Amino acid sequence: MDQHPLRQTPVSKTLMVSSIIFIALLLAGGGLFLFNANKIRRNILLGKDIDRKDNFSERMKTMILVAFGQKKMFTRPVPALLHLFLYVAFVITQIELIEIVIDGIAGTHRVFRPSLGGFYTFMVSLIEVLSVLAFIGTIFFLARRNLLKVPRLVHNDLTGWPKLDANYILLGEITLICFIFMMNGADEVLYARGASHAENLGDGSLGLAISSHIGPMLFGGMSDTGLHIVERIGWWGHIMMVFGFLNYLVLSKHLHILLAFPNTFYSNLKPKGEFTNMASVTNEVKAIFDPSFTPPPADPNVPMRFGAKDVTDLTWKQLLDAYTCTECGRCTSSCPANTTGKLLSPRKIMMSTRDRLEEVGKNMDANKGEFKDDGKALLGDYITPEELWACTSCNACVQECPVNIDPLSIIVEMRRYMVMEQSAAPTELNGMFTNIENNGAPWQFAQADRLNWKNE
Amino acid sequence: MDSTQPSSITNQPLSVPTMADYMAKGESPEILFWVGCSGSFDDRAKKITKAIVKILNHANVKFAVLGTEESCTGDPAKRAGNEFLFQMQAMNNITVLNGYEVKKIVTGCPHCFNTLKNEYPALGGNYEVVHHTQLLQDLLNTGRIKIEGGDFKGKKITFHDPCYLGRANDVYEAPRSVMINLDAELVEMKRSKANGFCCGAGGAQMFKEAEKGNKEVNIERSEEALATNPDVIAVGCPFCNTMMTDGVKHFNKEQQVKVLDVAELIAQAKDL
Repeated sequence: MDQHPLRQTPVSKTLMVSSIIFIALLLAGGGLFLFNANKIRRNILLGKDIDRKDNFSERMKTMILVAFGQKKMFTRPVPALLHLFLYVAFVITQIELIEIVIDGIAGTHRVFRPSLGGFYTFMVSLIEVLSVLAFIGTIFFLARRNLLKVPRLVHNDLTGWPKLDANYILLGEITLICFIFMMNGADEVLYARGASHAENLGDGSLGLAISSHIGPMLFGGMSDTGLHIVERIGWWGHIMMVFGFLNYLVLSKHLHILLAFPNTFYSNLKPKGEFTNMASVTNEVKAIFDPSFTPPPADPNVPMRFGAKDVTDLTWKQLLDAYTCTECGRCTSSCPANTTGKLLSPRKIMMSTRDRLEEVGKNMDANKGEFKDDGKALLGDYITPEELWACTSCNACVQECPVNIDPLSIIVEMRRYMVMEQSAAPTELNGMFTNIENNGAPWQFAQADRLNWKNE
Repeated sequence: MDSTQPSSITNQPLSVPTMADYMAKGESPEILFWVGCSGSFDDRAKKITKAIVKILNHANVKFAVLGTEESCTGDPAKRAGNEFLFQMQAMNNITVLNGYEVKKIVTGCPHCFNTLKNEYPALGGNYEVVHHTQLLQDLLNTGRIKIEGGDFKGKKITFHDPCYLGRANDVYEAPRSVMINLDAELVEMKRSKANGFCCGAGGAQMFKEAEKGNKEVNIERSEEALATNPDVIAVGCPFCNTMMTDGVKHFNKEQQVKVLDVAELIAQAKDL
């Protein structure tokens, strides 16, 4: 067989050039990701503190079941299965990524193959099978959004960027999988011909589950040179997509693939019906009941405000929730207010929280890390009172969320601000408050009549 | 009528001692029955309260009510965002409850249940709190009440999960296991248990007009309940009762379909 043209150039020089390009891309891609990820971390930590470090074992269990085991996805089996294909393919492909990075830096080719032998063939074959399943899943997902128009995926929460965002990532996924099969398919033919640019040609075909069949089918008629070009396009395309994806993540709604883990770990472990008791209020109430009670000194760095007007009034967990949301809309599709045509959408609560937080973050970036008042707030500019007052606090959104996001807690914090800071409750609710204050019941009945039913 | 029961037990006047009565005698009851505002004042809910009392009397449960010393738990204020009013109510109630050294509470309402059980402890009110369907389950399990069929034998019953009993506190089995004793056909709605659909009254919605939409939440839910062709829509919450009753009326089905609390089902089955 002819010597391959690439081999005629001095090997070390070609390798050096490609290795330098690869290392530069790796540093740039990784560095930019870390730079942006750190900004997200800073934004999340703008939230108020809340203790979620207790009960480590229960938290690990929740994370393993809900994030790793996708437990809550399976209440809707069809999308759960399709999502599982993508998820498992994504996780297992990371193993191959290690090889790609080593090959890229060292200029080797399939560096693990000689030492792993049959196990290597098995692993890469497994990745191929999962990639095909992920490909099928992705096609279904595109169809569900664009052809079948599943209500929660064409909901008016998602007009504009969110809709494009969802489609971009799915198209990217398909492109990535195509690159994988270009790389493996062309390489199969090269190996079979003994013409691979690997140092250790050895024993003919790679024997990969999918590529050993589709490789010869698609690329069998090509010259060695052509195959090498296809293989390299696949290899570089694959890794470029990975770097691209990593950096697209931080700009898109797809952070759930990383944040699902901390977000479920820091889940609320208490009964869903238990709302927080505001400590600041407890101090005031205790002072009323017991004049000798001295409240602990307030933290001078935290502005004294009841409830939430803006994102910085929320806790870091609520802000982490916002970044973790992948806009699947299970919450909104189960929300009694939304399904009966009210303005409230728990998904939109999360999207608005994230949008406002991003805006606050950009404001800080533009002002040397200090937030300059922009006259805007989460309440009013992003979320309206009409949305907040439509909530029945039924917890369906919290129950549904596959990554344990709690939209209800944000709604309640904002109601607290409207009631306790603005006195802006709906008139009927003010009447209810007055009744409880005066009669100990939400209606106008005297407390003295509370046992009258006994004799009626 | 249950033939195993002496007829003298029926239509007896209700025995409803108060905590103050017990204290005057130097005794304490095994459980406090927290009646709640609906159970005290709402005409429909008062019937549920009486059904619970009849069962407690029948099972010889030593219970008491607070009577005029009871006050709103603060639930609707808290859900509406008035934390200050909630905590004022809570502190007042805790003072009364702790004054009587209350250990165990049964509520006729899942909202009172949730608030007393989950939100009072941090404010100094620590009690064992059960919903009345859990107490009924316990009375049946321990043989303190027995039911063999009765009025609802062969009838079709569907149970509407109250949000504050179900999702909020993961209690799904107690009401169902109680109703199994009725020898009725229990059918589930399309959305039930953890996926149950709200009646529309929670989160202080009971006390205000709904926001603009294309349907009322209780109509949506009643439609779903009626789709099971039930004889009875069983509920465990006075608010759900109101909402589902209105919904059934909206569809002109009030002659065919009854909306009854689990406690009423048991009391009626025993002809109490």
